Amino acid sequence: MSTTVTAPARRVAPIGEALLALLGIAAVILAAWAVPWLKFVLTVALAKGIAVLGILLLLRAGQVSFGHSMFLAIGAYTVAFLAPALPEALLLLPLGAAIAGLFGLVIGLFVVRYRDIFFGMLNLALSMVLYSLLEKLYDLTKGTDGIRVSGLRFAGMTPDLPTQEWVTFGLALGLALLFGLLVRAYLGSPMGQALAGIKTRETRLEFMGVSARRVLLSAYVMSAAMGGIAGTLVAMTSRHVTPQLAYWTSSGELVFIAILGGAGSALGPFLGATAFELVRVYAAAAVADAWQMILGAVLLLVILFAPGGLWGILAGRLGRRR
Amino acid sequence: MGAWFSENGLLIGLALLDGLANAALIFMVAVGLNLVFGVLRIVNVAHGSLFAIGAYAAASLGLFLASLGLPPALGFAALVVAAALVGGILGPLIERLLLRRIYDQEQVLQLLVTFALFMILEDVQKLVWGVQPILQDAPMKLLGTVEVPFGEDTIPFTAYQLFLLPGVAVATLVGLAWFLRRTLTGRVIVAVTTDKEAAMAMGIDAAKVTLLTFTCGAALAALGGALASPTTSLVPGIGAQTIVLSFAVVATAGLGQIEGAAISALMIGLGRSIAVYLAPEFEVVVPYLIMVAVLLVRPQGLFGVPETRRV
Repeated sequence: MSTTVTAPARRVAPIGEALLALLGIAAVILAAWAVPWLKFVLTVALAKGIAVLGILLLLRAGQVSFGHSMFLAIGAYTVAFLAPALPEALLLLPLGAAIAGLFGLVIGLFVVRYRDIFFGMLNLALSMVLYSLLEKLYDLTKGTDGIRVSGLRFAGMTPDLPTQEWVTFGLALGLALLFGLLVRAYLGSPMGQALAGIKTRETRLEFMGVSARRVLLSAYVMSAAMGGIAGTLVAMTSRHVTPQLAYWTSSGELVFIAILGGAGSALGPFLGATAFELVRVYAAAAVADAWQMILGAVLLLVILFAPGGLWGILAGRLGRRR
Repeated sequence: MGAWFSENGLLIGLALLDGLANAALIFMVAVGLNLVFGVLRIVNVAHGSLFAIGAYAAASLGLFLASLGLPPALGFAALVVAAALVGGILGPLIERLLLRRIYDQEQVLQLLVTFALFMILEDVQKLVWGVQPILQDAPMKLLGTVEVPFGEDTIPFTAYQLFLLPGVAVATLVGLAWFLRRTLTGRVIVAVTTDKEAAMAMGIDAAKVTLLTFTCGAALAALGGALASPTTSLVPGIGAQTIVLSFAVVATAGLGQIEGAAISALMIGLGRSIAVYLAPEFEVVVPYLIMVAVLLVRPQGLFGVPETRRV
C-alpha cells in the first residue's frame, strides 16, 4: 500500500509554506483586480477550498466522504432561508457554520462507527436524502428552481454590487487564511496525530486509551462546519441556491479537488480549488459539451502521474532547490 | 379498511407490480457492481455509466434495425447484442488500460479513478447521443399487456415488465450462482475473491480472472440498461441516478453478496414504488432510508460478514 495521499514526498519548511501562502494571496488579489469576472470564480474557488480543507481532515484518517457537499448545501440554504428575515451577512456566516456543524454532530455520531467504503457510502446516502428533500419539498425550497438570495447587508450596510463582490471576495480570502491556519495547527496537534493513527492502525490507537470514534467525530464536526461556511460563501457569491449543491457529483468534486491539490499541506485545497474552477470555466468556454470529460482526464493524469497533487509537484521543486 | 382498500387496493397492487419490475432492473446493475467489488476490491463509480451506455446503445440499435424495415421482434436481439457489445468492448478496455494501474493504490484513489471515468463517460454519452430524450419502446409494445387479477378487479400491466424483466433477473441470479459454484471458471473467481494471494500461489492467473470478472460485471450493467431502455425515455443523468441506487442495494445487502443483492433489490424496489403511491415526495429518499436503517442494526449489511480487526 502506498501512502501518497497523506504523506508528501518532501517536507517544506514552515517559512517556505508561509511565503507560498503570501504569494498565493497576492496572486489571487491581483487576478481578481486585473480580470473582474475572475473575482466570481476565485471567490467560489476559495469557498470550496475551505470545504475541501474539511475533506483533508477526514483524508488524514484515511476516510473519504462521498457526501460532504450536504454540509455545503446546508450552509447555502441557511442563507437562502434566513436572508429575508436576517440579511446580515456577518451573522449568516457563523450561523451557517453552526447549523452545518450541528448537523455534522448528529450525522457524525452515526457515521463515525463505519470505515472505508461504508463510511463513504453512508455519507453519500445521507447527502442524497438531503438532495431529494430539497428537490421534492417544493413549497419550502422551490425545488430545482432554487431560491434567489438578495438584499444582503454587510455590517449593517448595503453596498452596491461591485463593492459587495469585493467584500465577499475579501471575506472568502480572510476565512480561507483563518481556516487554513486552523487546520494546519489541528493536524500538528495530538488530535491531528491521532487522526493519522486511525488510518495506520486503529486498534493500536485504542490500546493507548484513545477513542478512535471521538477523534474522528471531532474532525467530522469541524469539517461539517467548514462545509457550512463554504456553503454560505457560495450562496452569497452566486446569489442563487439550488439542490444541485447537495447532489453526490458535487461531493465527488470536493474529493477530486482534495486529490488534485494534494493532501500534504493546508495550501493544497486552495491550489486544487483554484485550478479546478479555472479548468472548469475555460473548458466549458472552449468545449461546452466536454468540460466534464476534460476535468475527468485531468484527475486521471494527476492520480496516475502526480499522486501528491499540485502541492506535491510544488513541494518537490522547492525541496530540490534547498 | 374495506372502503379504503377498494379505493387504494388497486394502487397498491400496481405498486407491487411496479416494484417487482423495478427491483429486477436494479438487481441486474447491483449484482454486477458486487461481482466486480468481490474480485477487484474496487467500488466502481462508473458502473452507472455502463448502464446508461448500454441503454442508449440498445435503443439506437433497435431504432436502426426498425429503420431498415426488419421485423420488430429483432428488437429483443438488439437488447442483448447491444449489452454484449458494450460490456465486451468497454469492459476489457477499462480494466486493461486504467484499473490495472491502480490495484495497489489506496482505496480513496481507486474510488476517484472510477469517478474520473464516470465524468468522462458521462460526456462521451452526451457527445454520442445528445441531450434530447430517446425512446425505443417497441420491445415492450410487442409483448402487449396482461390483465393481472387482483381481488375482484384486474390490473393491466405490460407483459414486458411483468414476465421478461423479473424472468431475466431470476435467470441471472440462478445462472450466476450456478456459474460461481459449479463451473471451474466460476470457482476460480470465488477463489480469487476469498484469498487472492493463496489463489495465485495455486497457479491461478489472477490478471485473467480480474479481466473476466470486470467484463462480466460491465456486461451485466449494460444488460440492465438495455432491458431498462424500452420502459423509459433515456436522458442524461440516468447513469448518476442508477449508480447511487445500486450503491444502496449493495451496501444494504453486504459487499460481495450475490443472493443478498437480490433480496435487498426487492426491498428497495418495492419500498420505492409503494412510496410513489403513498408519499410521492419521499420516493427518492426511501432506498437510502432502508439502507441507513439496515446499517444501523447490521453495520456490515444484511448478509455481509464482519471483518476481523487487525492489530
